[in-house]
Amino acid sequence: MSGYRLASGGRIDRDRRLEFTFNGRPMAGYAGDTLASALIANGVDIVARSFKYRRPRGIVAAGAEEPNAILQLGCGARTRPVQRATQTELHYGLSARTVNGWPSAETDLTAVLDRASRLLPAGFYYKTFKWPAAGWKHYEHVIRAGAGLGYAPDDADGDRYDRVNAHCDVLVVGAGPAGLSAALAAGHSGARVILADEGSEFGGSLLSAAEHIDGAPSTHWIARARAELAAMPEVTLLPRATVFGYYDHNFLTLVERLTDHLPATDAVGPRERLWRLRTKQVVIATGAIERPLVFGNNDRPGVMLASAVSSYVNRYGVAPGRRAVVFANNDNGYRSALDMQRAGIDVAGVVDVRADPSGAWHEAARAAGLRVFAGHVVPDARGRRRLASVRTARLSADAGRIEDEGPRLDCDLLAVSGGWSPVVHLQSQSGARPRFDTDRACFVPGDPVQAERSAGAARGTWDTAGCLLEGNEAGVAAASACGFEAPATALPSAAAADEQPLLPCWLVPGFKPVSRGPKQFVDYQNDTTAADLHLAIRENYTAIEHVKRYTALGFGTDQGKLGNINGMGIVAEKLGRPLAEVGTTTFRPAYTPVTFGAIAGRDVGALLDATRHTPMHAWHVARGAVFENVGQWKRARYYPRPGETMQQAVDRECLATHHAVGVLDYSTLGKIDIHGPDAVTLLERVYTNNWRKLAVGRCRYGLMLGEDGMVMDDGVTARLAEHHYLMTTTTGGAATVLAWLERWLQTEWTDLEVHLTSVTDHWATVSVAGPYSRDLVGEVCADVDLSAEAMPFMSIRECTAAGVAARVARVSFTGELSFEISVPAAHGRRLWEAVMAAGERYGATPYGTEAMHVLRAEKGFVIVGQDTDGSVTPDDLGMAGLVSAKKDFIGRRSLARPHLQRRDRRQLVGLLTDEPAAVLPEGAQLVDDPDGPLPLPMVGWVTSSYASARVGRSIALALVDGGRDRIGQRVFAPLADGRVLSARITDPVFLDAPGRPPHDRTDRTDRNAERSGHRPERPPAGAVDA
Amino acid sequence: MLQLECPWCGPRDEEEFTYGGEAHITRPPEPDAVSDAAWGDYLFFHTNTRGLQSEQWCHSHGCRRWFNVARDTVTYRIHRVYRMGEPRPGFDA
Ligand SMILES: [Zn+2]
Repeated sequence: MSGYRLASGGRIDRDRRLEFTFNGRPMAGYAGDTLASALIANGVDIVARSFKYRRPRGIVAAGAEEPNAILQLGCGARTRPVQRATQTELHYGLSARTVNGWPSAETDLTAVLDRASRLLPAGFYYKTFKWPAAGWKHYEHVIRAGAGLGYAPDDADGDRYDRVNAHCDVLVVGAGPAGLSAALAAGHSGARVILADEGSEFGGSLLSAAEHIDGAPSTHWIARARAELAAMPEVTLLPRATVFGYYDHNFLTLVERLTDHLPATDAVGPRERLWRLRTKQVVIATGAIERPLVFGNNDRPGVMLASAVSSYVNRYGVAPGRRAVVFANNDNGYRSALDMQRAGIDVAGVVDVRADPSGAWHEAARAAGLRVFAGHVVPDARGRRRLASVRTARLSADAGRIEDEGPRLDCDLLAVSGGWSPVVHLQSQSGARPRFDTDRACFVPGDPVQAERSAGAARGTWDTAGCLLEGNEAGVAAASACGFEAPATALPSAAAADEQPLLPCWLVPGFKPVSRGPKQFVDYQNDTTAADLHLAIRENYTAIEHVKRYTALGFGTDQGKLGNINGMGIVAEKLGRPLAEVGTTTFRPAYTPVTFGAIAGRDVGALLDATRHTPMHAWHVARGAVFENVGQWKRARYYPRPGETMQQAVDRECLATHHAVGVLDYSTLGKIDIHGPDAVTLLERVYTNNWRKLAVGRCRYGLMLGEDGMVMDDGVTARLAEHHYLMTTTTGGAATVLAWLERWLQTEWTDLEVHLTSVTDHWATVSVAGPYSRDLVGEVCADVDLSAEAMPFMSIRECTAAGVAARVARVSFTGELSFEISVPAAHGRRLWEAVMAAGERYGATPYGTEAMHVLRAEKGFVIVGQDTDGSVTPDDLGMAGLVSAKKDFIGRRSLARPHLQRRDRRQLVGLLTDEPAAVLPEGAQLVDDPDGPLPLPMVGWVTSSYASARVGRSIALALVDGGRDRIGQRVFAPLADGRVLSARITDPVFLDAPGRPPHDRTDRTDRNAERSGHRPERPPAGAVDA
Repeated sequence: MLQLECPWCGPRDEEEFTYGGEAHITRPPEPDAVSDAAWGDYLFFHTNTRGLQSEQWCHSHGCRRWFNVARDTVTYRIHRVYRMGEPRPGFDA
């Protein structure tokens, strides 16, 4: 219980008390608080247990760099994991809880891991994974128990997330002194400006500092600047908006939090908005993050960044402790000490690493009566659940080691400052490489790769006057680069640079060697210590990216914002190389974690992808059809009657089609209208067979190959007029085939005069199959002679169907006599109903895709994409007869390659299980000897498999190595459940094709496998669909 | 995400386009006249340039036209956009 609310001060509204809970305990804060400042005011010391050692951890920072106060907010479907308390605005009713530690972070019973830490060295995970492999499952539950950083919502997210695509001239990232100054300059020029800041309030670091601009508190200037910007019509102000990604060609992503700062009852509208922004110029004014110092037990609750201490005191009116010590290597320590002293916090002393501090800040501290320990360090902190005291020591002249122990100082707060690191994350994401500035001991933005510039603390300028100036210059330059001229304006007056240089101190010398002394934490979130880094180097990891991966430095949700630079400094020192040479690790998006909700936006549920319905869809729904997804299409799979299983329904549909007539909605078939004098040339080039002799009014089946010779698509193409063809493709391949044809026409065959139009959606098609199909179609279609003489197999005619201009084609994919009637899509439902009405007396039965699959498999017709997989040639399918030797076409040359000529290639065959009722699972792997030594060599797999009512047993198609030479042999399918099914290899055609020479599949590829003769006198009563 | 200048529609986001790989690879006019190795090279082996390369793009969610882009594969800088049939630009430009 160290923190408390100061009696006065801060930018909080003490008239608006806000109640909230922390780990179920009721607490209260004020409007203007963050969750972190309210927790401090309520005396909360421990907010987390560390990842590896379960050490108690307190709040360290006041911004995005916070590594410890990572809490779970809310509950149920609206809960949010991995929320930084330091950036969470307090609101009424907020509930927050810690996520690691068992039973809670405050009383953690697994903290014993800290004492067992010798068992958990750097690279522990890698070593565990490597050896012994079986060990991991034993360690894992120990390591994972109570660890982790949060829980996913336990229900579907009911909130809405918006997405905006936007363009602007100048994006200014960060609304501190530099960003505001830049936005003002660019805004005055008339350029379209977006100013985004992750905080709720503009002002950045000024909000936390006791500083003056133009002689008044800086908040006055902030308010004026904000009002001025708000009045500019071309300026968009985005508070609570984090720019988290900088991608190619000045594309940046922002997430704007709209309602999470409000109590649930006020949270109306979208929760977050993702901005996808293309901008001409970027001004990066993202400020800097203070570095902690690395010393023994530097993770004790009560050790806090000096800038965070100032922020809590000045901005939030809370004291993070009662008695403080400052430990710094730069002047910011004095600033923080003076802030605390002004607020009435007892400051026991300032420990300054520098042997001979001087300058305005040092003098001000002395004048204020502060005790300064120059040339001293804090090698060790004491106290377990809260800091109790620090040990001090005097440094040697070279600052490399400790000479004598100094006084022990009692304190419950240690404000530390190791200097500043500019937030170069976005600039680095843009492709630039940060450069190490030795004078300022920090990485600064490198040469720009994209149209951006940095200003203020983001490029290592710490004083307010400098930030205002640089911001102004950057705003003017950015606007000017977009063709806007900014008028000259007088800059406000502010504090200029009066700081003395810092003394770099990456690792504070301790009383004992690094490997044996108390833990010196570099990365709080992953419990990476200085000793871990030294161990990595001893084990010869010398590249910083390797050290990072070996020690997990910067792997947390904070991405090492606090620890990475110190880690690099320690590595550089240990390697004896300059930091500039060691370099940084890669900064990647997102700057801070982004919710999946924001990224998904509205693309969830039914809006995830388009759903395509045929014009007859509602009829299928009304008939209780079960649907399946084919690409984006919803296709009726089968139409179960009450009490029917799927198999029973499919059997009934198949038999009805076989004995009477079946009706299929075939509208989804891909259709490409091909027009132009060179249309036939195109067909000749993309299909394996010949097209020049196809007469008007006739159809032909075609096989399309990729240039690698592999089957890519198939379908029937009809010649409608001299220069007019209608190509059909597989339902799933329509878009691919159109793109394929377009590409060849535009890039390679630019001389061909031919036009392509996708007409898939323009036509509704009803396929009528079965012995009574001609009778039925004759009742629906007028102005056409459907007799076998007038309309042979594979022909197409124009006609009138259901009173509408239509096309009727005699083609078959089922082996039954079939007609396909097509009408403009708007009349699809009318046609369907006309067919069903006329079909009543023939026992017309609607059938779905499942029955269609069974019917076609019985005839050995392949489905491209199911029976092929991109490694199957026409000959593999037994369709070599369809490949012309007289012309060139896409893929032909590849077919001549030796590998594609091999006789033992995987070929399409049929399989008949020895147990006729057993249906092989599709995808089952086939082996020759199921009892052979493991691993069993695979000789193929099952591509299609059904229980067939027409054949009266199960049937399957399979691709088997050298399959055509193995007809009659036995293969085995070992299944996941331990059973082994045996099957005989057969010809892939299960229903008769009389007179067909063995292994010649030309007949079925030409689709002339239409059944002949068999037609019952009248449809069997059982087949009539009620 | 790149921004590409479609010769017909103007600047658009990369997600409207389809990448077509290296440009100016000519299909051998007489496939039978080339060896298996040369045919395999045409099919499967591209230059994989580090630096400036000519490549094909299609504005597949726009005008559906294919065109060429001279792009630096390291910096992603677009040097030129030019239509099908136009010669590969001199890369010193
Ligand atoms: Zn276009």
